[in-house]
Amino acid sequence: MKRGVRISAAPEDNQEVFSKTAMDALVPISLSHVMTVSVLLAAAGVGTILTKRHAMGILIGVELLLNAAALNFVASGRWLPWNGWPVPQQADGLVFAIFIIVLAAAEAATALAIFLNFYHRFASMDVEKADQMKG
Amino acid sequence: MWSLGVYSALSAEIIQAVLFYGFAALAVLGAWAIVLSGHIVRMAVYLLMTLAGVAGLYFVLGAQFLGAIQLLIYAGGTLILIVFGVMLTSRLPGQVLAASRGERLAGLLIAAVLGGLLLWATAMTPLVIGEPGTEPAAYGSLQELGREFLGRYLAAFEAAGVILLAVMIGAGYMGRRRSQE
Repeated sequence: MKRGVRISAAPEDNQEVFSKTAMDALVPISLSHVMTVSVLLAAAGVGTILTKRHAMGILIGVELLLNAAALNFVASGRWLPWNGWPVPQQADGLVFAIFIIVLAAAEAATALAIFLNFYHRFASMDVEKADQMKG
Repeated sequence: MWSLGVYSALSAEIIQAVLFYGFAALAVLGAWAIVLSGHIVRMAVYLLMTLAGVAGLYFVLGAQFLGAIQLLIYAGGTLILIVFGVMLTSRLPGQVLAASRGERLAGLLIAAVLGGLLLWATAMTPLVIGEPGTEPAAYGSLQELGREFLGRYLAAFEAAGVILLAVMIGAGYMGRRRSQE
């Protein structure tokens, strides 16, 4: 079972909380649960970028990475209060995620235009064909 | 071991957990199906599955507007762009472009190592969630979000507009019809 350390204002209240049953660790959804999902999506995104030869496949991998980052932002904005400056607002995570979606759409459009030119030049979507600057 | 403990059968926490795990499974299975699949159109469909799962997660986390935006713009815009790209650039239907086995194995290994390291870091970090006994505030209303965009994030909002304009001009120019060369 995972240990959780809860830090409170009064030092004598600090204690280690051990999960008594599996349900205590699994049911109250918290930041670490959502971060685990985000990590799995990010790993899948990196795996896709590294193992695909089709240009669109690499673009799909980039979209996966962006989704993982946006999910991380939303979860952190929901559960992590911080005492930094400037004063955090509750909608911070949402705003970051919306910007990520906007930029992902813009980047997909630009990548598509580039890939259309690539296909026009090489008559294939194989990224191995782009080797004219090699060596 | 699977005693419910203090949770009654249909408490809100159990319903939230069931929904969370359902959408999380949808997202993660779709993502890993993309890695393991070879056919580009199947990868686009699995990406749709992943995007739907992530949108569901946004709804479970209380960010309803973001979930709707994700479905409208990501699944209904970016994914459609990708499918258009696949459609416009395919010559032989069903052709599978696969990297060599060694490359794929190395890529999967790197992804697994990265995932393992990040999972370990997530498990080892004590994530402070505020004072014990207080519930962190849920995401607020749409009015708050609008006030954020026109308040603190005004500069970033305007910059995003400029980026979109630049992308429209650039993509339109790069994708123009050329005379036969």
